[in-house]
Amino acid sequence: MKRREEGLEFFRQLLLIRRFEEESARAYSMGKIGGFLHLYIGQEAIAVGACAAIQKDDYAVTTYRDHGLALARGMPPGVAMAELYGKQTGCSQGLGGSMHFFHSETNMLGGHGIVGGHRPLAAGVAFASKYQGYPHVTLAFYGEGASSIGASHEAMSLAALWKLPIVFICENNQYAMGTPLKRHLSITDISLKADAYGMAKDRFVADDVFTVRDRIQAAVDRARSGEGPTLIEIRTYRFRGHSMSDPAKYRTKSELDAEKQRDALTRLEKQLLEDDGTKDQVAAIRETVEAEIAEAIQFAESSPEPGLELLEATTYDGDFAR
Amino acid sequence: MPEMNMVQAINDALRFEMQQDDRVVVLGEDVGKVGGVFRVTAGLFDEFGADRVIDTPLSEGGIIGTAVGMALYGLRPIPEIQFSDFIFPAYDQIVSEVAKYRYRSGGEFPCNMVIRTPVGGGIRGGHYHSQSPEAQFIHVAGLKVVCPSTAADAKGLLLASIRDPDPVLFFEPKRVYRAAKGEVPEGDYTVELGKANVIREGKSLTVISYGAMLYEAMDAAEKAAEHGIECEVIDLRTLWPLDIDTIIASVKKTGRVVIVHEAPRSCGLGGELVSLINEKAFLHLEAPPRRVTGFDTPFPYTLEMEYLPLSHRILPALTETANY
Ligand SMILES: Cc1ncc(C[n+]2csc(CCOP(=O)(O)OP(=O)(O)O)c2C)c(N)n1
Repeated sequence: MKRREEGLEFFRQLLLIRRFEEESARAYSMGKIGGFLHLYIGQEAIAVGACAAIQKDDYAVTTYRDHGLALARGMPPGVAMAELYGKQTGCSQGLGGSMHFFHSETNMLGGHGIVGGHRPLAAGVAFASKYQGYPHVTLAFYGEGASSIGASHEAMSLAALWKLPIVFICENNQYAMGTPLKRHLSITDISLKADAYGMAKDRFVADDVFTVRDRIQAAVDRARSGEGPTLIEIRTYRFRGHSMSDPAKYRTKSELDAEKQRDALTRLEKQLLEDDGTKDQVAAIRETVEAEIAEAIQFAESSPEPGLELLEATTYDGDFAR
Repeated sequence: MPEMNMVQAINDALRFEMQQDDRVVVLGEDVGKVGGVFRVTAGLFDEFGADRVIDTPLSEGGIIGTAVGMALYGLRPIPEIQFSDFIFPAYDQIVSEVAKYRYRSGGEFPCNMVIRTPVGGGIRGGHYHSQSPEAQFIHVAGLKVVCPSTAADAKGLLLASIRDPDPVLFFEPKRVYRAAKGEVPEGDYTVELGKANVIREGKSLTVISYGAMLYEAMDAAEKAAEHGIECEVIDLRTLWPLDIDTIIASVKKTGRVVIVHEAPRSCGLGGELVSLINEKAFLHLEAPPRRVTGFDTPFPYTLEMEYLPLSHRILPALTETANY
């Protein structure tokens, strides 16, 4: 029974992210969203599964591919869409855009555009919660491409040394922009990096959101009970280009089609439709999600643009800006 | 002469030098098979192979650090940093190693490399795809800093930079990567480093700019001319070492100066220019030097066209300075 309810809720969240991303792609093509837009389509099960494994007060930090995690953490879609539109009502007042989703109500610590740069700071958050005696766990997401940058290693080294309550989640979508994994790393099993730091590790595929949740849950429990960090490598795939400006010519259509067979959203929907206990609710969820997305777009469209004063006021606290 | 945009001109320069000199290697993220996110290195991988057009992991410190070693051994590495916003993981390598090698080895080991990187705003890239960090490199003694504004200069300055015995930071203004189009000399063509270009002569006022903002400065200068203000517009081209003679000669002639750059205002190159002008031409000044710049904030996502010192912000500075 519980599993059915969970399944329906997972479906709602996966679909919400998928539809949010499809609509942001559309708005981008219409010029309503600018800059660089990195879609999470194909990877949704990781954010949804991970957020189901943590508590409300726990912390999450991720890369520029951040819409999915923000929504899974509970950021209202309207606030998220407004940020993409660069509107004042956006989660970062429209000053950040797609790559800079922050939300203090859900302890969503961003959206980070410098690859790997957010991993040490995530360790710092974990340090602080441990120091203050709170049972919080920090999830730090990153792409496999970030494996080679110094900050990644510094973060893992410190987290393991200090036995911090943190879970590093490597979303291995096989490509760092146009470069496939085997051309940028000497080993393709990224979880092995954990061994170098004496850290627990895990490795699996993101085709089933329950599996994602349960496996991350085990790492979160370890972290919460003082057993230190875990590195989890989750194999996934992005169905779109690196960003909207990437036509993804470096991979074949047959590869993409094969990967789509593992889409956690489609698979879950199929399961729900085959189950008499859930099949009638799928259409209703689709409708609710559609309404929520339409409302988000409406909210973003009708929100005001940030004013010029924002150019100065946000740099410092108080009146220091000139 | 063939017509090229800046991307093609840089590509042409790289290809030419790689054909002439097998010590030249290019390395960076997606510079090889993909040909670079802005297509600047397109075709080089096929022509010169994976040993000379090297796809690297995502590792800026590693890219610049290994380029240092290559240079010490005698190669001529040309590392690319995908956006100048991503140069900071390599800042330690650049500041502590690249810039200081010649000096701290008593001149025995020059570290000649050209670090190419797209710079500046104008593509709605937000915080991390728009910044102009040139002053942060000028402030480090030991680096030369170049920023072309035209396709021909991009080629000529790049070839000069590759052959220069010192390390060069080569900033490519991405806003005009494709818009900066013009005739580019074929084959070997260099533009001497450290030489500015007076692209418009005038007696009323000196306007100093570089990179993408040069076009805004020119536009404002043309509009000022409609009000009878004749600006002398200087394209710096090499930001460091500065062509101080050209600058001072112009300021002595006009007595008035406006400096335009999109980098933040405080401690920017404009501040240094004003100091030098005060030191060397104080008695010739007839108006306070003015700066029209970006703001002292991170580069915003939404207010990009307000942040950039576009023509409509430059023009009032020109008229006010001219009429001071
Ligand atoms: C320090 C730094 N270098 C380069 C970039 C440009 N860049 C952005 S994403 C990316 C590839 C990242 O791949 P991966 O870590 O696998 O994450 P994915 O995009 O696949 O989610 C690159 C090279 C950057 N943002 N930061």
